[in-house]
Amino acid sequence: MSLYIAYSRLYYFDIVILAELVQSSRVPVNFQSRNISHRRSNSQQISHDQVATEENQQWEDEFELKYGAEHVIKLFVPVSLCMLVVVVTISNITFYTTKDIYLEFLRAYNVPMDMFTILFFIWNFGVTGMICIHWKGPIRMQQAYLIFIAALMALIFIKYLPEWTTWVVLFCISIWDLVAVLTPRGPLRILVETAQERNEAIFPSLIYSAVIYKSIVVMTTNDESEQVESSSSPSTEREVLVIGASDSEHGESSQQSDNGIQSENQQENNPQFQTATSTTSTQQMSNESKRNAQIITNERPRGTIPTNLTEDKGVKLGLGDFIFYSVLVGKASSDGDWNTTLACFVAILIGLCLTLLLLASFKKALPALPISIAFGLVFYFVTRGIVKPFADMLASDQIFI
Amino acid sequence: MTYMEFFGCAFTAFGPAFAMFYWTIMHDPIRIIILIASSFFWLCSLLFSSSLWFIFPNKDWVFFGVLTSIFFQEIFRYLVYKILRKSEQGLRQVTETNSAITTSTHLLSYVSGLGFGIISGAFSLVNILAEIKGPGTMGLHGGNEYFCLFSALFTMCFVFLHTFWSIIFFNGFDTHNRMLVLYVIISHVFVSCITLLNRDELYGTTVSFIFIITIISGVLSYRIAGGTKKSFTVLFQFQRKSSVNIQ
Repeated sequence: MSLYIAYSRLYYFDIVILAELVQSSRVPVNFQSRNISHRRSNSQQISHDQVATEENQQWEDEFELKYGAEHVIKLFVPVSLCMLVVVVTISNITFYTTKDIYLEFLRAYNVPMDMFTILFFIWNFGVTGMICIHWKGPIRMQQAYLIFIAALMALIFIKYLPEWTTWVVLFCISIWDLVAVLTPRGPLRILVETAQERNEAIFPSLIYSAVIYKSIVVMTTNDESEQVESSSSPSTEREVLVIGASDSEHGESSQQSDNGIQSENQQENNPQFQTATSTTSTQQMSNESKRNAQIITNERPRGTIPTNLTEDKGVKLGLGDFIFYSVLVGKASSDGDWNTTLACFVAILIGLCLTLLLLASFKKALPALPISIAFGLVFYFVTRGIVKPFADMLASDQIFI
Repeated sequence: MTYMEFFGCAFTAFGPAFAMFYWTIMHDPIRIIILIASSFFWLCSLLFSSSLWFIFPNKDWVFFGVLTSIFFQEIFRYLVYKILRKSEQGLRQVTETNSAITTSTHLLSYVSGLGFGIISGAFSLVNILAEIKGPGTMGLHGGNEYFCLFSALFTMCFVFLHTFWSIIFFNGFDTHNRMLVLYVIISHVFVSCITLLNRDELYGTTVSFIFIITIISGVLSYRIAGGTKKSFTVLFQFQRKSSVNIQ
């Protein structure tokens, strides 16, 4: 219970980011091509550079188009799960629809349990969540905790906000979302840009990131499948594949990529060293002409930079979006009409789809609330007011259309 | 007891739809998106027809409401057709080169039809399901105790029908065959008007008519999708390869 209170101040945070991944992936790729070109003669240098960046650009565009659908589904599933948790809870536990009673979850399901067991479980649950979100843990676990926190937060909103306040808050928050993400001095925009400047990830408890490993596997196997098959073991597969791809672009031998893998594995064992090299590599970007720096880039950070790249891959959705989507659907379901719930659900998913479509064309952080919430609100009121009588009449007379 | 009825009805109505979703839709993100998008279009059609019904003065003329809703559904089916055919080029870019969605012409119609079917089935049954979960049960105050069962059966048929209709309808526009389009509209009107008899609990007639229409439409769409009698028999010989006809 006390878990989500810590997150209450974060509720308004909501962004979808592909832009972040585009930028962060573009930087290291250009960086490498530059270093390679230094080794060659000046006349070749420029043309090669241009070709490489153009290729990268094209590749990125294709990549986004191809896996856009997968991105969408990667967000559909968690959003649907979050809504499902909220809707099921609301329809089963009366605590969230009536005011001024204490939550007796165990009594609602008639489960006898002693205090020590409960304390033991709650403590472990909470600590595991903290570790998974803020330190390390399996990505599935982290995602599950984030979804759960968003669902709990949404339930609290549903319980304590009066009905019309909810609708007004939803409306206002989506407008605020527009302002905060899109205007030059909007707080969320500043936050995203700062994170990109510093080249670090946004605070993990603010954002749900759907990591796609598969996409990277596919993309490089297209480029050169032989190398991958020859050199990869399943555990280090994604790093290996990315390295392989960067090698093929610059026409180097596969032996060097094997070296890359080994250094990569060493760095995995030694996280401190990894961060150290990555910071040096970002310094190098500013002054490209240093010779000794070049040597390092050819050996060490080859592994580290692509690793960062893979970690940033995937779409990200702010937890606030989860919360407000779930608030809308949950509030709709607390009326007891399932048609309304369904309509809101479909409308929100379509809105999310459209947002992601816009994201693919604008390629920068976009507010995820406005379209979805607008659709959701319209469908909520229309379904409740206009469709419900018609649908009820049809259902009770068993007329099918 | 109520839960038995609940699960029985739910699985009767949505079992086939779930199976189709699980085997043919779920593994491909694009198909899931098309499914949801087409169900959104069905929702829009329902919205339009119920707003007309809302301002319509004489609420006893159920017939009128049914006709307008069929009209809007077919209009939106046509819209979905137009949009899908327009975006086909884009889809080809988005999916992998040899994906079934670009090679098979009927896949898009199948997916969007299933979307129509699932959402319309859900809208007609989900509230009834929520009611029969308990604590009451059907048939206490002189009502028919088979109400839920027949509702579930009709819903199942309509999920199938919408899928078949979309396949036939899309093909009718692709091949400029007006008869197919007309068949879809006429059979839709016929089936929906038959269900008007349900108020008088003439379940025998309605069920048999709807089953016949469903089977006819199924056979028609099966042939359109390239199935033959032979491929149908092969389907039951437990070979994995042959079962991907409609896909």
